[in-house]
Amino acid sequence: MNWISDRAIDRLRDAAAWPELDDRYTITGVAGHGGMGTVYVARDQVLDREVAVKVLDVTDHQGSRAARLTREAHILARLDHPGIVPVHDAGVLPDGRAFYVMKLVRGRRLDDVLVGAAPQAVRLDLFARVLDAVGFAHAHGVVHRDLKPENIMAGAFGEVFVMDWGVAQDGAADVEPAVVGTPGFMPPEQAGAREVDARADVFALGVVLAQLMDNEPSPALAAIAAKAQHADPAARYQTVEQLAADVARFRNQDPVSAYRESVLERSLRIYRRYELPILLLVAYVVMRFVLLVAVGV
Amino acid sequence: MKKPVFAMLLGGFLGIFDGLSALISAPQELPNIVGIVIGSTFKGVIAGAIIGLVAQKTQSMAITLAVGVTVGAFLAYLVTIGSPYLWEIVLPGSVVGLIVGFASVKYRGPATSRA
Repeated sequence: MNWISDRAIDRLRDAAAWPELDDRYTITGVAGHGGMGTVYVARDQVLDREVAVKVLDVTDHQGSRAARLTREAHILARLDHPGIVPVHDAGVLPDGRAFYVMKLVRGRRLDDVLVGAAPQAVRLDLFARVLDAVGFAHAHGVVHRDLKPENIMAGAFGEVFVMDWGVAQDGAADVEPAVVGTPGFMPPEQAGAREVDARADVFALGVVLAQLMDNEPSPALAAIAAKAQHADPAARYQTVEQLAADVARFRNQDPVSAYRESVLERSLRIYRRYELPILLLVAYVVMRFVLLVAVGV
Repeated sequence: MKKPVFAMLLGGFLGIFDGLSALISAPQELPNIVGIVIGSTFKGVIAGAIIGLVAQKTQSMAITLAVGVTVGAFLAYLVTIGSPYLWEIVLPGSVVGLIVGFASVKYRGPATSRA
């Protein structure tokens, strides 16, 4: 007699709990669980492609959590950007649970990238794309409020998606101040349930940047992360664009606004930036000196 | 940046210093230094174009170095016609050709994407 293993039973139990969507989407697996619900992998039968379906855990489709999920779908639908997951569909299941359908993102979470051996230059490249996506959201009045490596997906070809906009603040006054977010990534004003603005995301991005740096980062990069994480919002970068500009300056080996370098540091930076022409010039000067000394010409 | 462009820029860059080195090897030419530097820069650019093309075609260090020294020396020799200075111009010109040749072979250029 063959017995069914506990693992197989668990799988069957999970499959039995999968939501029943309409004929268009067929659930094929679970992508992950979040604070509000579960994200399933599904097949879109009409367009013959895989999609992700985020389904609320509770059945009250008129409750606050359903409203939040629907609002998240609306925000994502409005933010048409390569770094923000596009929404395809939204609705309410027959059992009353709200859901929305979005692009299925394949890749690794940024915290997994951090565990790997990706060079700092690659990590900063990903970070720059995150800044671009968040800056785009800010330009449309949306503050994410829960930026952290777990909410950032990095694809195989360098593409980046900022995920989980469930606690995003859409506009200045549509959300009552409340403690939402993740400890360690929240600025003091957010942890204190005071009103927040785009600078709250700047703070979180500073924490993310600090995690992306090498163990012994250059003082300029460390200063950028520190300025972004300043407890006083007025002392931070006032916009993500300002933060992005400083990160870009660092990547281009230009002086950054957050750090005043010494003469030695400036010399080293300039040397690294123009290493090849400097070395070639030195080679010429050395050979010219040899000619002068040896041949007298 | 392709190799010939890189080599032209490098040849011109080193040509500036090659011209300025006349201040040491022939200090009496100080009144003519601007013309010397301009001519030397132009010579470096021409040499760079030839050396860069050779480096791009052959990818050979030996051939490119040989062509670099020869072109550098030959162009410098043309400059010396009617001038009392021969080796003062030809030898540094050869050095410029040598360095441009070496750098052109080593220079890998931008990464290219494939469709």
